Amino acid sequence: MRRVVITGMGAISPFGEGVQLLMEALTAGKSGIQQLEELTKIKGLHPTIAGKVPRYEFKSIPRKHRRTMSAMSIFAILAANEAIAQAELTPETITNGSCGLSVSSTIGSVQALQSFFEKFLDGMSIEAIKSTEFFKIMNHSCASNLAQYLGITGRVIAPSAACSTGCQTIGLAAEAIAFGKQDIMLCGGADELHPLTVGTFDIIQAASTEYNDTPTATPRPFDKDRDGIVCSEGSGILVLESLESAQARGATIIAELTGFSSTSDPVNPASPSPEAIAKCMKLALENAAVAPEDVDYVNAHATGTELGDAAESAAIASLMSDGPMVSSLKGHLGHTMAASGALEIIATASMMKNGLVIPTRNLLDIAPECQGIRHIQTPVRAKIRTALKNNFALGGINTSIVLRSYDD
Amino acid sequence: MTDAQVTERVNELLAEEFELKMEDMKPEALFKDDLELDSLDAVDMVVVLEQEFKFKIKKDEAFKAIRTLGDLHEFVLAKKLEMAA
Repeated sequence: MRRVVITGMGAISPFGEGVQLLMEALTAGKSGIQQLEELTKIKGLHPTIAGKVPRYEFKSIPRKHRRTMSAMSIFAILAANEAIAQAELTPETITNGSCGLSVSSTIGSVQALQSFFEKFLDGMSIEAIKSTEFFKIMNHSCASNLAQYLGITGRVIAPSAACSTGCQTIGLAAEAIAFGKQDIMLCGGADELHPLTVGTFDIIQAASTEYNDTPTATPRPFDKDRDGIVCSEGSGILVLESLESAQARGATIIAELTGFSSTSDPVNPASPSPEAIAKCMKLALENAAVAPEDVDYVNAHATGTELGDAAESAAIASLMSDGPMVSSLKGHLGHTMAASGALEIIATASMMKNGLVIPTRNLLDIAPECQGIRHIQTPVRAKIRTALKNNFALGGINTSIVLRSYDD
Repeated sequence: MTDAQVTERVNELLAEEFELKMEDMKPEALFKDDLELDSLDAVDMVVVLEQEFKFKIKKDEAFKAIRTLGDLHEFVLAKKLEMAA
């Protein structure tokens, strides 16, 4: 099995374009959550807040490519361009077949679906539907748009697993490299905000609804006053490659990806069980050949829901007690859906580089059911050699990734 | 609408849909080589023209023979005449 390293990272988030803006905002403890006028117009929808990517530049993407893209694909392109630039991948390397791609979203573009059905249901007719609409709706829209734009000829996969998507795409990309199927993989996730995304969580009573007038005070991971998820959007893309490939290219190595696990929790599609989460983390650590007591930091999935945060806390406590530092970045970013795993892995790798643990924003009063682990509530300067990243999803899909600092 | 107004409207619709410059909308411009439009664009061109002029193009053999913008102008003018008849 080959070793896998991260050599490039790109981000677009409610804090704007680029990893630097993301890390500056996270380090400064900023919130990307705001009130959104468009949400107030939806009948029955309780949350009126979300995280939105601010104005972004997309005209640099030629129309030929852009015509099949919704916002999420554009986000993925902008993030990929940054990651590729940092990794210093040449066009030849990207297109010669040694580079593959593993990128996905939770769903195809809901905006494009809405547009399709507006025309379709108006007289049950397809006569006004454009040829490019389907390319925005299909499940692998982000992956195929990115591959077409970049000229990738290696494998392109688009595993979709709701909120675990970003973590799963990266883990599967790492396995493709470890098994020698590809030398380099572009991987990560992207999603665009639509009122129906917010509505989905509102319908299952997992959305934050009590902070519409104070949007930056929510979500509140692990806090006693947490009341649910706040939806957000963006994209995170990483360049993973084999250690040999990175060394041969003279690339700067950001961190090593040493472990991955993806498991299913068939107990309930909406409520994760602590046992299943603990098992997922344990398998990732075993894959990385790391003992639980050697984990320095856990970047939690913790979205601010009543059940999810409690289950994750209990799982971490059962496996690692109060050993590792734990924080969630959802309090800053909201839940960027398929982008969350990727953006938070990028942030975790940056924390490892910077020797700084970013605390959980809005965690003021730790809920009794979330205690027993080492919550980080103020910035901590610390050496992180081994970090564990969690993502859990509706449908019972759990994922964990282990990162190790690279200083060999 | 005069014929000149119709061709101008066709040019505007295409320029907007395909992000083309009005100064490139010359009758001799080849769709494939000069305006760089492909088969997917041709499908959308049909949708845009059908919506605007309220006639049917799909399955019209004459449309498939169109190569230049001037050919399209003639096609649209003929269609409008057909409708008026």
